[in-house]
Amino acid sequence: MIVGNRKSFEEIVGMLEGYRRVLVLGCRECVTVCAVGGEREVGVLASELRLYYGREGREVEVGEAVLERQCDYEYIDSIRSLVGDYEVVLSMACGAGVQYVAERYRERVVLPAVDTTFLGVTVEQGVWSERCQGCGECVLHLTAGICPVARCAKSLLNGPCGGSSGGRCEVDREVDCAWQLIVDRLKALGQLDRYREIIPVKDWSRARDGGPRRRVREDMRL
Amino acid sequence: MRLSYPANVKVVKVPCTGRVDVLMILRAFEVGVDGVYLAGCLEGECHFLRGNLRARRRVEYVKGLLEEVGLGAGRLEMFNMSSAQGQRFAEVAREMTERVRALGPNPLKGRGLRGGVG
Repeated sequence: MIVGNRKSFEEIVGMLEGYRRVLVLGCRECVTVCAVGGEREVGVLASELRLYYGREGREVEVGEAVLERQCDYEYIDSIRSLVGDYEVVLSMACGAGVQYVAERYRERVVLPAVDTTFLGVTVEQGVWSERCQGCGECVLHLTAGICPVARCAKSLLNGPCGGSSGGRCEVDREVDCAWQLIVDRLKALGQLDRYREIIPVKDWSRARDGGPRRRVREDMRL
Repeated sequence: MRLSYPANVKVVKVPCTGRVDVLMILRAFEVGVDGVYLAGCLEGECHFLRGNLRARRRVEYVKGLLEEVGLGAGRLEMFNMSSAQGQRFAEVAREMTERVRALGPNPLKGRGLRGGVG
């Protein structure tokens, strides 16, 4: 899922300065699962804003809505009349959702309430961890199912580097060395000989370096 | 025991403090309540194992939110007491009433809920 962190209340209030009708808009996809922008988080942020403006004696109307997805225009378009009642939409979706809402409502100010961070997994209740960087050319078949692009601080394709000690990364002692994990897993799978293979230079033009990406499935187009 | 406690304390019964949600507390402040406290069972004696521990963490979280919005964390507290400690219940009710009285009324009192759910 796409994981993010909510922006600080101070930053959000700063962005909303001068507006009197705010719609807090959540998303039921990834940001619901990582507890940053679902129905509950929309309720909490909207409540915080009402308490803040109420305490200051300011008349700011704070509305709440949650879409099935903010990355599909069908859902975004379904709240057109509601959006019309507000000056600004404060989106709690990932960056993709915020932008798509802004694209569909060009006449409205759309602001982000979340800092989108990574593609990851739920480690335990309340803890998420990065696993994928969307590099466009998966190497997991070569690295025992552990991604060196996303999980090695240097994205080394042939590691580890000298900063690996005790199975941890020098960048942060809490972070596992991805290459230590890869070697351990290869060993467990009885495939350690694969570690001898040098992984060739990666085609980074398929990643973000090649510019914004687009996917087309001709058979699905209408 | 026939103990008395301040009449301004309104008791909201829940099956366990673990049932108390962050939004329940926030909504109370939105409608103008001056202070909220949770009276949970003693730690280690939760009938649902960890309900009161979860409640304490939620209270800490909401305290942070109340600080952010300027209402102050002091308006919210978590207390632990057993159902046999009526004396303690009355004592906490007095303590919290005095604390909240010193903080003054909730500035949102009388404003009513703003905004709507779409």
